[in-house]
Amino acid sequence: MAKGLPKAFKKSLWVYHINSGSCNGCDIEIIAALCPRYDAERFGIKLVGSPRHADVLLITGPVTRQMVDKVKRAYEQMPDPKAVIVVGNCGNTGDVFYESYNLVGPIDNIIPVDVHVIGCAPRPENIIYGVIKAWTKLETLEAKK
Amino acid sequence: MNKTITYQIPIGPIHPALKEPVMFEFEIEGEKIKDVDVHLGQVHRGIEWAGMRRNSIQILYLAERICGICSYSHPAAFTLAVERIAGIEVPERAEYLRVIQAELERICSHILWAGVAAHEIGFDSVLFLTWQIREKALDLTEYLTGNRVTKAIMMIGGVRRDITEDMLPTIRKSLDFLKENFEKLRKVFLDDKTVQMRTKNCGILTKEDALKLCAVGPTTRASGVKKDARLDQPYFAYNELDFDYVTPDVLTGEVNGDVYDRIIVRLLEVKQSIDLIEQCLDRMPSGEILAEPKIQKLLIQLKKAEGEAIGIIEAPRGEDIHFVKLVGEEHPHSWKVRAPTYNNILPWIPMLKGEQIADIPIVAASTDPCMSCTNRVAIVKNGHRDILLAEDLHRLSVEKTRRLMK
Repeated sequence: MAKGLPKAFKKSLWVYHINSGSCNGCDIEIIAALCPRYDAERFGIKLVGSPRHADVLLITGPVTRQMVDKVKRAYEQMPDPKAVIVVGNCGNTGDVFYESYNLVGPIDNIIPVDVHVIGCAPRPENIIYGVIKAWTKLETLEAKK
Repeated sequence: MNKTITYQIPIGPIHPALKEPVMFEFEIEGEKIKDVDVHLGQVHRGIEWAGMRRNSIQILYLAERICGICSYSHPAAFTLAVERIAGIEVPERAEYLRVIQAELERICSHILWAGVAAHEIGFDSVLFLTWQIREKALDLTEYLTGNRVTKAIMMIGGVRRDITEDMLPTIRKSLDFLKENFEKLRKVFLDDKTVQMRTKNCGILTKEDALKLCAVGPTTRASGVKKDARLDQPYFAYNELDFDYVTPDVLTGEVNGDVYDRIIVRLLEVKQSIDLIEQCLDRMPSGEILAEPKIQKLLIQLKKAEGEAIGIIEAPRGEDIHFVKLVGEEHPHSWKVRAPTYNNILPWIPMLKGEQIADIPIVAASTDPCMSCTNRVAIVKNGHRDILLAEDLHRLSVEKTRRLMK
């Protein structure tokens, strides 16, 4: 686990989740990470309904042509400092859909990504670890101010 | 002063209640919904196109990623079609193992749905309760297949993992846990007064409409239509198992076709699935689990196969149909998927017409749509666009529940 984590816990992370054309596999694991078994909400991590409230952007899916614009807009609406986490192989590399004509992803091509969570679908532990990585980044940015 | 103005609300394409992006346009008069239109295509990934460039075994893993929640049903339907074309005889034990996986997926999917539905009407504690129970079902899935979501257990000619004798106690223990907790869920959903007030006589789909619009799965069964691919066109080992259509009149003696009825059907199906798994465990014969364990040999056999066939599976959301045509090449000539939600989208229109804005989330969720949708709702009013967050929509829904509780 990242160094200096106790310090990082001083601020709760709010997460905005976009599905850019994923198969739901990652999305249900994200919710599973928030539910009692893994319970990320006890650290104050919660899903919010608007990108304007969020510190972290959580993207799943390989980004279809119709969703590019929406992903970009949501990213621009987020206040700085912000972190972007890509959950799942298809957002990171294209995975099984790599050759499809309707994909603009991987998400690296569209917006800058900070944390890549690998897996199809990644386990909730994996997703929580990714959020902690993003947390460390945000706290480092904060400390530099 | 009596002049009413209708205005439009587009919802989508990102919304936390629905899982894949889809967009609706609602025509609203005050709080009442006058008309609904649906825009689709945000999740188009060109899967069928990609499938025509891969061989049949590679397609299994592609089919698995059509939907993460029905990640067993899609490859299963594809396998059925391919097996029919190539004339592959599946060992009897594999057929039973397939039923176990299919029913386990149904349990996970329906409990997941129950949680989402509870969230939509403002009972977040029930969401957590259901997902806690669901984790147990996922543990069982992981124990049997090695993964929680994408299971990769299906194989042309059988399944990839067997259930051995020493695994049985753990499986039975998990099933007992699910059975005990099923009672808890039944009480919360069916006896709670507030749930009843929110869901009874809400989002009604009549039997005529259900037939006319070809609704499938629990959505149509809740309207009293006896339609279940497991009984109508038995596949796997379903013809040897003992079960019946689940319609709401089993419990209440009447069929209304409202959201409450859809809750009843899904909950009873969870119980039915547990029962089916137990039957399978008892009746499973011993023997092989794969018709052809050598993948190279199987590929050569599939390469020679010619013809076309349809595979029909009762997925948790309804009939899932795959059409496959092989022409003696490595890649299939065509592959067409018809997922159950296609049929269950049109019924939204009669369900939502005349309902209130606050009912949109629960009515839309009641068909268990397999699509995800956007967090913003924009109200176009007199040419101005106000952005209404999905949170607001959810808040409206929660407020309505509170109002009713008073």
